[in-house]
Amino acid sequence: MDSTTLIAMASIITAGLTIAIGGVGPALGEGRSVAQALSSLAQQPDASTTITRTLFVGLAMIESIAIYSFVVSMILIFANPFWNHVIAQAAK
Amino acid sequence: MHLSSDELILWQHGFFKLNVTIVTTWALMLVLVVGAKLITRNLEHKIHISRWQSLLEVIVVNIRKQIEEVGLRQPERYMGFLGTLFLFIALSNLCTIFPGYAPPTGSLSTTAALALSVFIAVPLFGIAESGLGAYLRSYTKPTFIMLPFNIISELSRTLAMAIRLFGNIMSGTMILAILLTITPFIFPIVMSLLGLLTGMVQAYIFSILATVYIAAATRVREETGD
Repeated sequence: MDSTTLIAMASIITAGLTIAIGGVGPALGEGRSVAQALSSLAQQPDASTTITRTLFVGLAMIESIAIYSFVVSMILIFANPFWNHVIAQAAK
Repeated sequence: MHLSSDELILWQHGFFKLNVTIVTTWALMLVLVVGAKLITRNLEHKIHISRWQSLLEVIVVNIRKQIEEVGLRQPERYMGFLGTLFLFIALSNLCTIFPGYAPPTGSLSTTAALALSVFIAVPLFGIAESGLGAYLRSYTKPTFIMLPFNIISELSRTLAMAIRLFGNIMSGTMILAILLTITPFIFPIVMSLLGLLTGMVQAYIFSILATVYIAAATRVREETGD
């Protein structure tokens, strides 16, 4: 295997692993927070506006971790600096 | 496949490049400014007001209410900045229903610029509210050891804001493009509907986070207990 194949293989596998592992934590966290918010909504329907706003802000915070791993995996697939370097070397 | 609309260059003259992001941003700004100017040209006090005026009133009153609920007691001072942020991001995300439109918020340069403007605006509002010394002293709360962590959190939340907006919008368009090649008929419509919802939520999140940061920076004076 030459280095081009190695880099392509490592990038593709890592991209998949990044989004797979990076999605698990935020998914669990979002599930917990939504469940907790639902039970507090059932207990106190009067405070629904505050709970919903805090829930949305919190969800966006949690979700941003999944978004970071998504951005990293997208960079690995579509804008990989190592891959571009190897291609530029090969073109010389 | 393009990761962002920065790479599509429409016109180039030497160092000066005009890419799709800049053109779309200016078009959106033009729509917002001209639209607001046209609507507010003849405001009415009657019982029957024009449709556009009532739309604008709903938007303005709700932005005001949201800012007030977060804890800023004079919403008028912050409305220009926060309302503009919300309206620009919301319009830019909502326009994705037009085919062939590349949202400027799906490019990291636009979101970085928006996050940087928040990064600069937060200390400015904080200093205007409580003075330079009191604002700088707020970095050493609760103890002096927290100083580097406060500075790091200031920087990292700016980065997080930029990447969050960029990632959400970019992932929406990317998923749509991928789905169009795999299952071209029904499923992309559902996903684009989800993308519209995500766009509105992200516009809300971005502006509410900016509001929360400004509220935290201006709350210094109350906590020092004058």
